[in-house]
Amino acid sequence: MIKTKFDYNKYLRKNTLPHIWCPGCGDGIILKSLLRAIDKCGYSKDDVVITSGIGCASRLPGYVDFNTIHTTHGRALTFAIGIKMFKPRLKVITISGDGDALAIGGNHFIHAARRNIDITLIVFNNYTYGMTGGQCSPTQPVGSLSTTTPFGSIEPPFDVCNLAQAAGATWVGRSTSYHAVQLEKFMVDALNHTGFSVLDVITNCHISYGRRNKMKSPVEMIKYQKEKAVPARSAENMTPEDLAGRFKTGILFEKAGSPEFCTEYYKKLESIKTK
Amino acid sequence: MSDRTEFRFAGSGGQGLILAGIILADAAAIYENKNAVQTQSYGPEARGGSSKSEVIISDSPIEYPKATMVDYMVTLTQESFTKYIKDVKDSGIVIADKELVTDFSNARGKLYLVDMVKSAREELGKLLGLNIIALGVLVELSGIVSHESIEQALMKRVPKGFEDYNKKAIEIGFRLAKEIKKQ
Amino acid sequence: MAKNIKLMQGNEAIAEGAVIAGCDFFAGYPITPSSEVAEILSSKLPKIGKVFLQMEDEIAALGAVLGAALGGAKALTATSGPGMSLKQEHIGYASMCEIPCVIINVMRGGPSTGLPTLPAQGDVMQAKWGTHGDHAIIAITPSSVNESLYETIRAFNLAVKYRTPVLILTDEIIGHMREKVVIPDKSDIEIIDVKLPGVPPEKYNPYNYTSGEVTPLAPMGEGYRYHVTGLIHGETGFPSQKTDVIQNAQNWLMDKIYKNIKDIEKFEEFQTEDADILLVAYGSTSRSSRQAIMMARSAGIKAGMFRPITIWPFPDEQISALSKKIKKILVPEMNMGQVIFEVQRNACGSSVYGLNVVNGEPITPDQIYEKIKEISKI
Repeated sequence: MIKTKFDYNKYLRKNTLPHIWCPGCGDGIILKSLLRAIDKCGYSKDDVVITSGIGCASRLPGYVDFNTIHTTHGRALTFAIGIKMFKPRLKVITISGDGDALAIGGNHFIHAARRNIDITLIVFNNYTYGMTGGQCSPTQPVGSLSTTTPFGSIEPPFDVCNLAQAAGATWVGRSTSYHAVQLEKFMVDALNHTGFSVLDVITNCHISYGRRNKMKSPVEMIKYQKEKAVPARSAENMTPEDLAGRFKTGILFEKAGSPEFCTEYYKKLESIKTK
Repeated sequence: MSDRTEFRFAGSGGQGLILAGIILADAAAIYENKNAVQTQSYGPEARGGSSKSEVIISDSPIEYPKATMVDYMVTLTQESFTKYIKDVKDSGIVIADKELVTDFSNARGKLYLVDMVKSAREELGKLLGLNIIALGVLVELSGIVSHESIEQALMKRVPKGFEDYNKKAIEIGFRLAKEIKKQ
Repeated sequence: MAKNIKLMQGNEAIAEGAVIAGCDFFAGYPITPSSEVAEILSSKLPKIGKVFLQMEDEIAALGAVLGAALGGAKALTATSGPGMSLKQEHIGYASMCEIPCVIINVMRGGPSTGLPTLPAQGDVMQAKWGTHGDHAIIAITPSSVNESLYETIRAFNLAVKYRTPVLILTDEIIGHMREKVVIPDKSDIEIIDVKLPGVPPEKYNPYNYTSGEVTPLAPMGEGYRYHVTGLIHGETGFPSQKTDVIQNAQNWLMDKIYKNIKDIEKFEEFQTEDADILLVAYGSTSRSSRQAIMMARSAGIKAGMFRPITIWPFPDEQISALSKKIKKILVPEMNMGQVIFEVQRNACGSSVYGLNVVNGEPITPDQIYEKIKEISKI
């Protein structure tokens, strides 16, 4: 396979760089995978809308040359739904952190999934509120430390993928910022899926999370991602004990042909008109 | 101000009194080009318990939209009679259903007991349409709008297939009012 | 030409007005006493190929409205009391990002769950100060069903023209009462439509803080790629922490409304020419006030009324001018005293009295008349 160097500049707003992410942050890897995936899908820049909430990950839209909306904390999906419903021809992607998508935005997460609206949600899941200084997030593992769980978290975390599937998302996958090539592949798949697709990306915040949890450097955190990731197929033969402290990766759920909200809405409009 | 005529339909939620008020307001505002404002008690009351619907009709602009000096009130429950009669003018007219209202201890105005329920049961075969009978009584008694106007407004809001039934109901109301006038 | 006259509820008139104004998108959440706006539009909008969405909560409703508005939709939401409290953050976002939208607040008694089915006028100050940070807002207080329709159309026009959220504050009385409405012919009214910018995409800046002109908001998906953020941003739309950019951005949010106040203001004066007592009343309370003024005049007391229709920005100039010649001012409100503070601020030496009735019933003409009599003796 011949690989030509990918021209990221085609999609970056160079005047907005450098980005705000800390050196070694996983968000840049996810950003690059996303740009390659969008390029592969062949969308026109004018037709792509990216919405995001508040947090480190949610700063991504500012750096990329699409129609970008950096919204309020937790509400990126609501803006996404608004613009998608009004202009269904647009490709709408939502970027959200774990706190943004699942704590303050949890209600919108499950309802977007329930509707199965054609939006791709990418969750930058670093187990923490990085931007505000490392507070406990709804995906933070039990026992881990944060600035608001100084004695160790006792709250069970959400499994983003299980939650998405249970709520009605029709494409659900997980990868990590270590698995950059797989990440791009999954993104292409999620973007090509018609319906609500959720990609949970385990990424690293060594500054706010790793430092407090014996993974001071980005390298340690990347190693964590590599070692704890279990491909879904391998997980089938593992006991719950074996899987403890690890996470499944892969396309975990996919259901093509389910009624998609936007399409159904406009179909309904047609049926009303002809009556 | 003085040409305001205030109507109050009082009963319980589900009796269709809000609709009766709307039809009266529509007849006055649209078919007779008067000013009309319709309001109702809104909320849990509208689904059981006492409920009222009010219509103010005037040739001049109507400012305050609620009834405070009621000229005509029709009541279809004891509870609403007792609760809502207090605003009736001394010269006001109160129509109470003969079967449903029996305690007149706080009565005001000129009271008439009318067999609305009985007529509905005997002539319509059921109580559906009692609100329209009540409307017919008030329209005929007050003369506020013509029969033609109220029938037009009524037909606009009646479900298909129920036109004759409702026409019959309002005519029962007209007749009952004529009998009162003879008293 | 035969006029198209209908008997309808205030909430229905708002829905009707929205459709006439070209509303493309409604998102809402059920709440009393505003739900009829949603219910009616859930039938009307799909029939004309537009979008109606019932969202999962009040916040999502305004979020979806803003998303659609960024796509170029004329978008609307409607709510009451607690719903309005929940919407505050997105009202701030709409102000900051200059996204046009119309928000209906059918005011009910508060605070908290308060009186879901009964009227109040307790959200007037919230309309101006409800969201955090400095911004200007446009808010309109119709006092009849007919006015609800026409003011909804005007609200859409102002929203597009000034790229701002426009609030309509009605109340449970106006919202639920039925009266006559003259449905306008589309050709008889002004409708301001969303337009593409007059410059090509490469020359387009989504914001303009300096020339005094409101830059049109380019609908997303039409070739004008730009960034929208609730962070303080420069004219290009990207975040900035430069002191001059911050100050310019803040100034602009105020100036674009206040420097255009002549275009935005709307009010009515009733028998003020010879009045000794001035009533300042809005919304449903102005109806009782008018009746009370007629009662007072037949008893020989010369009262008159100033009725703000646009309540924010507040008609400072008019109140100030009237208070130079009328030395007694009465502000009846269905709240514990809100607009009275604005009137006091502008009263040039006049005595300002409040009549504050919050008991779930509209203030009656008698109550106002009694107060007028009392003041006349002072």
